[in-house]
Amino acid sequence: MSSTSIVLPDQQTATMPKRSYLNSSYGLKSWLLTLDHKRIAILYLITTVFFFMIGGTAAALIRLNLLTPGGELMSADTYNKVFSIHGLIMVFFFLVPIAPAVLGNFCIPLMIGAKDVAFPRLNLTSWYLFVAGGLLELYTIIWGGIDTGWTFTTPLSTHYVNTHVISGAMGIFVAGFSSILTGLNFIVTIHRLRAPGMTWFRLPLFIWSYYATSIIFVLATPVIAIALALVMLERFTGIGVFDPAKGGDPLLFQHLFWFYSHPAVYVMILPGMGVMSEVVACFSRKRVFGYTAVGFSSVAIAVFSFFVWAHHMFIMGISNYSALVFSLMTMLVAVPSAIKIFNWSSTLYKGSISFDTPILYAFSFIGLFTIGGLTGVFLAALGMNIHLTETYFIVAHFHYVMVGGMVSAVMAGLHFWWPKITGRMYPEMLGRLAASILFIGFNLTFFPQFILGYMGMPRRYHAYPPEFQILNVLSTAGASVLAIGYILPGIYLLWSLKYGKIAGSNPWRAPGLEWQVQSPPLEENFIETPVVDFEAYDFEWLAKHENEVQTVG
Amino acid sequence: MMHYISPVLWQFLQKWLHRFPLFPPEASTIAPYTDEFYFYLLLISLVGTGIVVAMVVGFSVLYRKERNPEATQIEGNTLLEATWTIIPLGLFLIAFVWGALLYFRIYNPPTNAMNIYIVGKQWMWKAEHPGGQHEINALHVPINRPVQLTMISQDVFHSFSIPAFRVKREVIPGRYTTVWFQVTQPGTYHLFCTQYCGTLHSQMIGEVVAMSPEDYQAWTATSTSGSSLAQNGERLFASLGCNQCHSGSPEARGPNLAQMYGTKVQLANGSTAMVDDAFLRDAILNPTLHQMAGFAPIMPTYQGQVSEEGLISLVEYIKNLNSNYRIQQTLTTSQIQPTGAAPAPGQGTVKQ
Repeated sequence: MSSTSIVLPDQQTATMPKRSYLNSSYGLKSWLLTLDHKRIAILYLITTVFFFMIGGTAAALIRLNLLTPGGELMSADTYNKVFSIHGLIMVFFFLVPIAPAVLGNFCIPLMIGAKDVAFPRLNLTSWYLFVAGGLLELYTIIWGGIDTGWTFTTPLSTHYVNTHVISGAMGIFVAGFSSILTGLNFIVTIHRLRAPGMTWFRLPLFIWSYYATSIIFVLATPVIAIALALVMLERFTGIGVFDPAKGGDPLLFQHLFWFYSHPAVYVMILPGMGVMSEVVACFSRKRVFGYTAVGFSSVAIAVFSFFVWAHHMFIMGISNYSALVFSLMTMLVAVPSAIKIFNWSSTLYKGSISFDTPILYAFSFIGLFTIGGLTGVFLAALGMNIHLTETYFIVAHFHYVMVGGMVSAVMAGLHFWWPKITGRMYPEMLGRLAASILFIGFNLTFFPQFILGYMGMPRRYHAYPPEFQILNVLSTAGASVLAIGYILPGIYLLWSLKYGKIAGSNPWRAPGLEWQVQSPPLEENFIETPVVDFEAYDFEWLAKHENEVQTVG
Repeated sequence: MMHYISPVLWQFLQKWLHRFPLFPPEASTIAPYTDEFYFYLLLISLVGTGIVVAMVVGFSVLYRKERNPEATQIEGNTLLEATWTIIPLGLFLIAFVWGALLYFRIYNPPTNAMNIYIVGKQWMWKAEHPGGQHEINALHVPINRPVQLTMISQDVFHSFSIPAFRVKREVIPGRYTTVWFQVTQPGTYHLFCTQYCGTLHSQMIGEVVAMSPEDYQAWTATSTSGSSLAQNGERLFASLGCNQCHSGSPEARGPNLAQMYGTKVQLANGSTAMVDDAFLRDAILNPTLHQMAGFAPIMPTYQGQVSEEGLISLVEYIKNLNSNYRIQQTLTTSQIQPTGAAPAPGQGTVKQ
């Protein structure tokens, strides 16, 4: 044990570097044909935020409709389309890509001391696949919508609805390849392109969690591609795989769907956990408590996540014994998450904590993810699952994990790396205000839904019995606060692009490799290949060697 | 407690709590078990969240930069980390065992339960009582008696949920699922479809009316359609010509169905099967897959010819079939008075 004191650099003297990846070339073409991982990250950022706005608008319409028990705002069919769009867009076109493709693309090569990802062309291809999938989804929305929910449950999706299921499924099918290729790219990059001296246990924990995420991408995404291909075939040709009248099994679809979609849930949280480790360490000026436990718990989550899918089907007549196994596995997967939460909290112990916006979002993550995770235990417990599944309890639970957890982490990461990405600071006070608004609005929106769920209010209801109205009104009121929490950062981050204070290379005095280069970085990241002779979160090394990374070549 | 706070405030509080409930009514024998378990889970969640919040807030106050300008580097602490791995694991394993016991309690019906059939379709619930009462979006049940529901969907996945009883089960096309409950409080309770099933999903709701045994008796007497499910089944059995082969006589081409329900039968493929509702339904729709040993695979499929309600009537009929006397009677009567074309030579004689 030893002590480290860090003095923040003087922001007044920081200057914008003359040359950076942002001004190395100009014009739309230079962006659309770029092979630079940082520019591709920005392309992804723009597209995912665009989809977030669509999904968010749908969420606002859902909450407005549920203000009254009769569902007067829209017809039942419209409501069904709106919540389907909300789910599809938010899951496949926002939550899945936002952290891996934006923060991962930007940070992974910089963090491991590489000039780019292993396959830059493949990286750009991934973005185009994502855009192609997104365009198909937009076509689906504009030309009449889709009302299957994001889960495409058969035989409803194959035989009973006459909306644009094929194009909707095709959009996800195509975007899925973007996930697979991104995952592949990251795995190879992390294996092959680490700088000299960057051993596995010197990697930032961010990399460990992105590695775990990439494994899930590569192994699970093909299964949903198969499931959706079968749905499309069933609608086209009536092959009958899911049709009981032809000897098919409608439950088979759910096995296939959740075999992807449960691991995908961890795709929507593991990267957030990576951001958490970076932010908590940086703002408490300490290395993450129990580095190995946190690193291996990411891998454990990724591995276990493949063996819990049937917990979505406890009430569907799967055998009692398989229900037992899946319940037990689900309990086990909760443990690594608990370990992480305790390790991050303990990282604060004897730290020297400053309360900038990123760590406020990180605190918000810790609180909301703890609630989300523990309510997951309610749902993993077989007998309790019977009463709670398919109600608003489950809606509240996964929003706590995905929005409370992941979106908080993404906001933390975005604010944390914003100076690195743009070279400018966001307005700090507004940032703290937005983080607080987000936390309050989120709890007001989703906490009442836990109570609604235990009361028995089913999810995906366009109209509901009047006794549930009070809680729904609370939830809608919360959603309007939450909306401010999203719009405000949107405005001040855009503002900061031109008017933000110049950041300098390392405004947070963070120890990661990405902070030892200029902000915004050069197109080639490092002029010379860095040699890593320090651990992750090594604040002592940082105190001695400010901006003096050893290099070769 | 009332003595310590003002009565007005107490009344207000009571009213507010009543208007703003946190729990659905506890109206079945299972509900208290579920709620008890819920409290355990709430407790560990509150303690867990409390510890995490205390750590984050406490450390933030104690180790803020102004108060503690120098961080002390700590690698970790294996003992501490083992503690917060093992304690949550233990608490989660308790939840697993408790949850599993509750699950078996909810999904294993007692043997003396009365049976009601439920057919779900877009977007209504149909209840078929053995006594011949039919209901739509309503279910009348007696209190203090175990009731089992045998459910099937005619189209897409639905889910049958009664929050006040804390029970729910998916209603699946092509497959019977069951759920049971024993109501403790007379009253009217919500019945929801909780699996998204298309346009009017939120209208696929109804009410469960739990009545005292006397009221229930009165209700069954006044709302019967005239013939019981088994009687409907018997008519179908005859009109579909099932009795031609399943006549129960030794030389019959199909197996004897009397008293077959609940027994184990030997199948042609060498395996044995339990004759339950699902087996009977599947044997009607997919006979060759359920071919019994010792019989030729000559039964045609009835897929598409019988509705789910018809299948339920047939199942209920075969379930209650104690002897083949009436089958043979029916056969005899139809052979004495053949309908349609004139009897061919050799026919029309009484075979006894």
